[in-house]
Amino acid sequence: MKFIPDPIGRFCHRMASPPHFYALSGKLLPWLTGIFLILLACGLYGGLYLAPPDYQQGDSYRIIYIHVPSAWMSLFIYIVMAITGAIGLIWRIKLAEIVAISSASVGASFTFIALVTGSLWGKPMWGTWWVWDARLTSELILLFLYLGVIGLYNAIDDKRTASKAVAILALVGVVNIPIIHYSVEWWNTLHQGPTVTKMDKPSIHVSMLIPLLLMAIAFKFYYVIAMLQRARLELLQRERTAAWVKKLVSEPSNSSS
Amino acid sequence: MSLTHAFFAILRRDLILAVRRRSEIANPLLFFILVITLFPLGIGARPQLLQAIAPGIIWVSALLAAMLSLDSLFRSDFDDGSLEQILLSPHPVSILILGKIVAHWLVTGLPLLLIAPLLAVFLGMPQPAIGVLLLSLLLGTPVLSLIGAIGVALTVGLRRGGMILSLLVLPLYVPVLIFAGNAVEMASNGLPVTAQINILIAILLLSLVLAPWPTAAALKMSMN
Repeated sequence: MKFIPDPIGRFCHRMASPPHFYALSGKLLPWLTGIFLILLACGLYGGLYLAPPDYQQGDSYRIIYIHVPSAWMSLFIYIVMAITGAIGLIWRIKLAEIVAISSASVGASFTFIALVTGSLWGKPMWGTWWVWDARLTSELILLFLYLGVIGLYNAIDDKRTASKAVAILALVGVVNIPIIHYSVEWWNTLHQGPTVTKMDKPSIHVSMLIPLLLMAIAFKFYYVIAMLQRARLELLQRERTAAWVKKLVSEPSNSSS
Repeated sequence: MSLTHAFFAILRRDLILAVRRRSEIANPLLFFILVITLFPLGIGARPQLLQAIAPGIIWVSALLAAMLSLDSLFRSDFDDGSLEQILLSPHPVSILILGKIVAHWLVTGLPLLLIAPLLAVFLGMPQPAIGVLLLSLLLGTPVLSLIGAIGVALTVGLRRGGMILSLLVLPLYVPVLIFAGNAVEMASNGLPVTAQINILIAILLLSLVLAPWPTAAALKMSMN
């Protein structure tokens, strides 16, 4: 029985080979960067200039365009990390392991940004830098989970073993993701409820929503760019004895991409 | 040897080993008592304040004591090679590991339960809350051992695993701390705690079923 059609299977196999991944990601990076910059410019222009000030929060709500996409990314990247970790664990695909660990530090940065911007936003809105609210606390715990993953990876010398350990830890940590997501409903505290993903109608105006979504997509592109760059570096370090890396180093004209 | 036999053989062996090395039972317990004694010294002996934060103090101390005791779970078996034999056995590793975790809880978790009422009285916790405290410890401390086992299994091969272990394990302990602490707090105020206790039972069952797998996988990873 076959679940995956042949062309897709072939594509995945080709992508999983390190030299092919290295070459293709090198070609993709400039395009991704271009799209990211365009999206970022549109999102920032729409968010900071076109969108009207909030009737209650004035202009200070505009930090939402950094805060909310970062918070979304912090969860998204953790899930990506767990899935790629599981793929690496089950099928022993080296590239999936590398993607998993390259995502960790990017995810940790987004979590940190979400926490800092949330704190900056909280000062004018709630009158305090930090409250022990459920969502803030779980975001902080998410940061600790990321730091645990990074710390464990660095503590183990053999990187193949380290990748397995990280994958197991990420999968265990995924149990925490639903708790983070539903904590808003569990402990109803100071943090406002979700405004975008309400099923019936978002309680945010369209002129504010479109820049927010643009920023969210821009952040996704940024994540892919940052992750690919880390992954390429990690790949070169791990494969430094392989023939293709030696060839790449000895022929600088090919490595310019 | 059937699986049940193997499970109880491991359980028996670990309990005998623990009885022969009594300090390993006593250390977490002493730590638990000491930490709780430090709190009134640190924040002042105001009865009302102590009573208000007693559930949190007891649970945080139990968490730290459980984490401190984790290292003894696989350490000696890893050093003398018994762990390799367990991994080589024809039985599912996760079940055998569960036997070790149960033994570890009986040795380090259960004593906390026995001493907790005394400490609760020290901190002036009201009578009905003590029962809920015991119940929450009974449901919560096995979870600490089960989740902690994953962390130890990941770090047992490392020379300096201690610091990294706390970073791995403590964030995962948070849900237990929240619900258990909240249950005791509610009980102190005379409110019903069925919801929290139900969630604690759910967490216990979930981790009982799920935690041995990653532990076994992590041990296999640590051994090679």
